[in-house]
Amino acid sequence: MSDVSRDTMLLTTPFHSRVEAMCDLNDWGNWMGYTTPNAYFDVELEYFALRSTTGVFDLSPMNKYRVTGPDAQRYLDRLITRDVSKIGVNRVGYAIWCDDNGQVMDDGTIFRLGEQDYRICSYQRADDWLAWNKLGFDVTIENESEAVVGLAVQGPTSCTVLTLLGCHDLNQLKPFGIAHYTFEGQPLMVSRTGFTGDLGYEVWIPPESAETLWDQLFQVGHDYLIKPIGSYALELARIEAGFLQANVDFMPAEEVVRVGRTRSPFELGLSWLVDFSKPLFNGRSALLKEQANGSRYRFAMLDVEGNKPAEHSFILKGDKQVGTVTSAAWCPTAKANIAYAQIEMPYGAAGDELVAEIYYQRELHWTRLLAPCKVIDAPIFKSPKRWQTPAPPH
Amino acid sequence: MTDYDAVIIGAGHNGLICASYLAKAGKHVMVIDGRTEPGGCASSREFTPGFNVSDCAQWLSQFDQSIVKDLDLKGAGLSLGKAKATISLQPDADHLILDGDQVSGAGVDPVDQAAYRDFREMVRSFAKLMTTLYRNRPPKLVEQNWTDRFTLMKLGLKLKMLSRERLRDLMRVVMINIYDVMNEHFSHPALKSTIALDAVTGTNMGPRSPNTVYSYLHRATGEHLGQTGTTQVIGGMGALGKALATTAEKHGATLKLGTAVSAIDKTGDRVTGVTLASGETVSAKIVISNADPTTTFRDLLGYHQMEAGMAKRTEHYRSRSGTAKLHLALSALPTFTGLTEAQLSERLVITPSMDSMETALNPMKYRELSSGHIFDISIPTVEDPGLAPVGEHMLTAIVHYVPFAPDIGWEAGKPRLLNQLLEELEAYAPGIGALVKASELVVPSDFEASHGMTGGNWHHGELSIDQALMMRPFPGSTQYATAVDGLYLCGAGAHPGGSIQGLPGRNAAKEILKRGAL
Repeated sequence: MSDVSRDTMLLTTPFHSRVEAMCDLNDWGNWMGYTTPNAYFDVELEYFALRSTTGVFDLSPMNKYRVTGPDAQRYLDRLITRDVSKIGVNRVGYAIWCDDNGQVMDDGTIFRLGEQDYRICSYQRADDWLAWNKLGFDVTIENESEAVVGLAVQGPTSCTVLTLLGCHDLNQLKPFGIAHYTFEGQPLMVSRTGFTGDLGYEVWIPPESAETLWDQLFQVGHDYLIKPIGSYALELARIEAGFLQANVDFMPAEEVVRVGRTRSPFELGLSWLVDFSKPLFNGRSALLKEQANGSRYRFAMLDVEGNKPAEHSFILKGDKQVGTVTSAAWCPTAKANIAYAQIEMPYGAAGDELVAEIYYQRELHWTRLLAPCKVIDAPIFKSPKRWQTPAPPH
Repeated sequence: MTDYDAVIIGAGHNGLICASYLAKAGKHVMVIDGRTEPGGCASSREFTPGFNVSDCAQWLSQFDQSIVKDLDLKGAGLSLGKAKATISLQPDADHLILDGDQVSGAGVDPVDQAAYRDFREMVRSFAKLMTTLYRNRPPKLVEQNWTDRFTLMKLGLKLKMLSRERLRDLMRVVMINIYDVMNEHFSHPALKSTIALDAVTGTNMGPRSPNTVYSYLHRATGEHLGQTGTTQVIGGMGALGKALATTAEKHGATLKLGTAVSAIDKTGDRVTGVTLASGETVSAKIVISNADPTTTFRDLLGYHQMEAGMAKRTEHYRSRSGTAKLHLALSALPTFTGLTEAQLSERLVITPSMDSMETALNPMKYRELSSGHIFDISIPTVEDPGLAPVGEHMLTAIVHYVPFAPDIGWEAGKPRLLNQLLEELEAYAPGIGALVKASELVVPSDFEASHGMTGGNWHHGELSIDQALMMRPFPGSTQYATAVDGLYLCGAGAHPGGSIQGLPGRNAAKEILKRGAL
């Protein structure tokens, strides 16, 4: 998948020729070792394509691992904290996995492709951890990161666009469902998943067909105002929709070198992903202890007064500093100033009123703002289209 | 309702000691072992008709005497021989003799003699500190627990009582190797290597290997555990195993020998009992494994039954050995050049120099046979004639360094190695070959098969600082508990480690009772 002919240190994805052609701003970033666009033409317009029409985001740098073999389900059940048996064939489940200390290593999605056939789509490279987890299990793990590339096709008109591409009856696909098609003689897999909180799909294909897929997608989507999306626009959408980001909202446990910098699922508001009715999974003993003894932190979504994003802010309760912000954005659709924060227990319960200490500058003039904020109990952006089947027509 | 309060896997000395303490406290305990004789490494076997050999350990040098007292093992028939001198055999028959704090012979000069006394004194003070830690559960450093704090306070106090020079020496040497320490203290090559031998028995380390000062000090704790010097058990090591078995049964423990545990059963999130090779199951509130950590976690419980980090740690746990045993049935007492008959009852070693030890070690690393072996010899029949037919004798030797699986294979390798060992002995004991009626060579892979010790390692896992104290066998499974609910360890793979010492079994029982796990 990599284009190393120019001896670049950052790799490029199989969509790169097309991405580069459309990247009017020439604004690039490094996403997990790949050259990826921060923005194509205008962050806000890209964001509004996601919310109003269709946005396309190149997901190829995500890591993909195929898990097959007689013990595949048991293997995953020990690996992740939720009950894998509840993910049916051709269904996807959001999941997190922990180390033995109950600290979150990564989050990702588990695609069930067959009875004992799964694909893990993870943010972090996980080869080493997945290999260690093989001990005692009859499974084969294959790193498919370069064998499968993907595009997130998200937004209200995404179903229509993909149907025009040849994904017939796609509107019947339920959220977290998987449908299989053939595209130019290649297998094309579509999952109704995404990172934007709205109607949307992720499209997976072998790298040889990447450029053709991109071309045809933009051709059929032209009338539906399809736009490419850079990582800045996606960041806005995911904060609005309530999604956590590894390396931003938590540090993957294996990457952490300082004591106390890891977080448990409870401390990230992900207790709903932890199923103690399973007798064994990595981190279970430690998490049971934490459940009994209490957590150190609480993940809080804050609705911050004003319109200055509370980036990197300290969170105060009275005079006491009780937390820090990990992600923050002014969310255009919800028209709300949202921040994710790590709050020390016992603060940060829903409804708790706190203060964000925001610093911002205009023309080198710094201003300190003490913005009142309130802990909200659900993401601010809620699109009914995300859950409707058949997918609503635009 | 379970069959037993606790089922103990392995009737080795630690398993039986643990059973005795638990049964003494009124607990309903069963001990299961695949071998038909109790004792584990403290066992005997008739390797050829009439010759009753201690088939694994041959010396008792650090058995905790508080256990002998607590369990009245003397009343159960345990009898130890006299403390032995160590005679380091020299090619010119002017042998070096180490007896207590005295060293003589082989031209050892007064400077080395004085240095030996000083060295012994230093080792004694260090070993005393270690004994403080050995008689307690290993203290965890990070958890604020009063039992652990008390142990650390005692240790701190004893450290404070060391002189400034001693403390400095301890900090300096404890992490390094015995080779460098010997060269700092002594000039006589055989004196250095004779001391260094105690640092490597049962391991696959050479004198230059890191951690050999720690393993040496481990051996040196014997004196503080109430045992002065190396001894043999009258009646053979099996007599110790039998005495422990009798004691365990006397206190009410049930022994089931001859049927191995094939699996540790886990129901839901906790261990609930064991399944035997016969298919029978035994349920218990807790399972205490005296098997080594690798056997316990990998083979009996299974990696799929534990969290992945624990499986990973088990895989990383080092448990290899370069130690073999030679058993010879002799038609008469052999003659060793330069030794009196009476001296044949002492501990005889062949270890010419530390370099010769390293030279013996090197081929083993590449799965080859060595050409000059290191011997640790016992002729137990001199002190205890009953072990062999009247007038006949037996020689047993711990032999370093022998690969676990040589490239030439053991079928071809064993006869070759046996011949070679006899040839090497012949140099010091001319005519011994002609006296051999029967012989047996037990290599590391044999020990793994017969005694269930992974890699043939006598300590149930290398005794090194990274696998010691609060890290034995590995973090997450320390203080005799494991990361799996209901599963405990009581063997040499737990603190304070190997040798026929008994403390892991004793400490495990005390900890289990203290925790109220039963």
